[in-house]
Amino acid sequence: MNIEEKVTSLIVDQLGVEKDKVKPESSFVDDLGADSMDIVELVMAFEDNFSIQIPDQEEGNIRTVQDAIDFIKENQKANS
Amino acid sequence: MKNLKDKYIMITGSSRGIGATIAQHLAKLEAKVAITYSSSSDSAQQVFQSLEGKEHLLLQMDVTNSESIKNAFDKFMEHFSTLSALVNNAGITKDGLLLRMQDKDFDSVLKTNLYGNFYCAREAAKYMIKARQGHIINISSVVAQIGNPGQANYVASKAGIEGLTRTMANELAGRNIQVNAIAPGFIKTNMTEQLNVKQVQAITDRIPLKKLGHPQDIAETVAFLLSSSYITGQVISVNGGLAM
Repeated sequence: MNIEEKVTSLIVDQLGVEKDKVKPESSFVDDLGADSMDIVELVMAFEDNFSIQIPDQEEGNIRTVQDAIDFIKENQKANS
Repeated sequence: MKNLKDKYIMITGSSRGIGATIAQHLAKLEAKVAITYSSSSDSAQQVFQSLEGKEHLLLQMDVTNSESIKNAFDKFMEHFSTLSALVNNAGITKDGLLLRMQDKDFDSVLKTNLYGNFYCAREAAKYMIKARQGHIINISSVVAQIGNPGQANYVASKAGIEGLTRTMANELAGRNIQVNAIAPGFIKTNMTEQLNVKQVQAITDRIPLKKLGHPQDIAETVAFLLSSSYITGQVISVNGGLAM
């Protein structure tokens, strides 16, 4: 499973949305109906699954699915 | 009292006093419990041996150290794989009148009673959020409501716990997690045994029910809260009417 697929599957699990609703440009809050606790849980799921740390100040910059994918890719690179 | 079969419960600071009685009572109601202690391993061992039923757990955990807490929760989850409830009971006193109370006495009481409560609840919430259920029960004190000379540190920590309880209840309600506090009045434990006869008499005179409470009174309130599905964000007073 590549990063895009893994991110999508985590979002589907966490937010209980249909897979085809999760598009790169989808906003977690506006399009996928996430509340603040959902965002915290998603961030923790990303951290666990990709072995990365998402600092609080970055959390606000991750608004869409693509933002999350970009952040994970960059930080996984930084780790390796 | 409702049976607590299939409930997996951690009780912090349960090597003696109220915590020990809570653990024994919940085990009697068929819950699986984890006793945690910071340094009194002998008395923790004794409480552990006294528990009815099997599969209980004994854990060393320093509530002032989030790393130690994480390790203890990891062991708990390895053993039970579910966390149904956390009873935040660990607490200490270092009494002294305001003007004589040293920084370190204030700090250490806040660190154990309030910070410890927060650290443990935060760790527990991680698991409970995933499970979409759970209970956190914080042990406060009647003095949070009425104050007590010589206990600025203890009273501040307990009042803090009550505010923390309401905030956590709000934040976690959406995930079906109930957070409540119990505020015991004067209960017969080692903590109150340090008082002399005169002091005990003076306290008893102030209590409308004219007697000290028993740890069992608190343990039964914990079991009651665990059996409720519609109480959250509350502070339940168990104090013989000392504060109304």
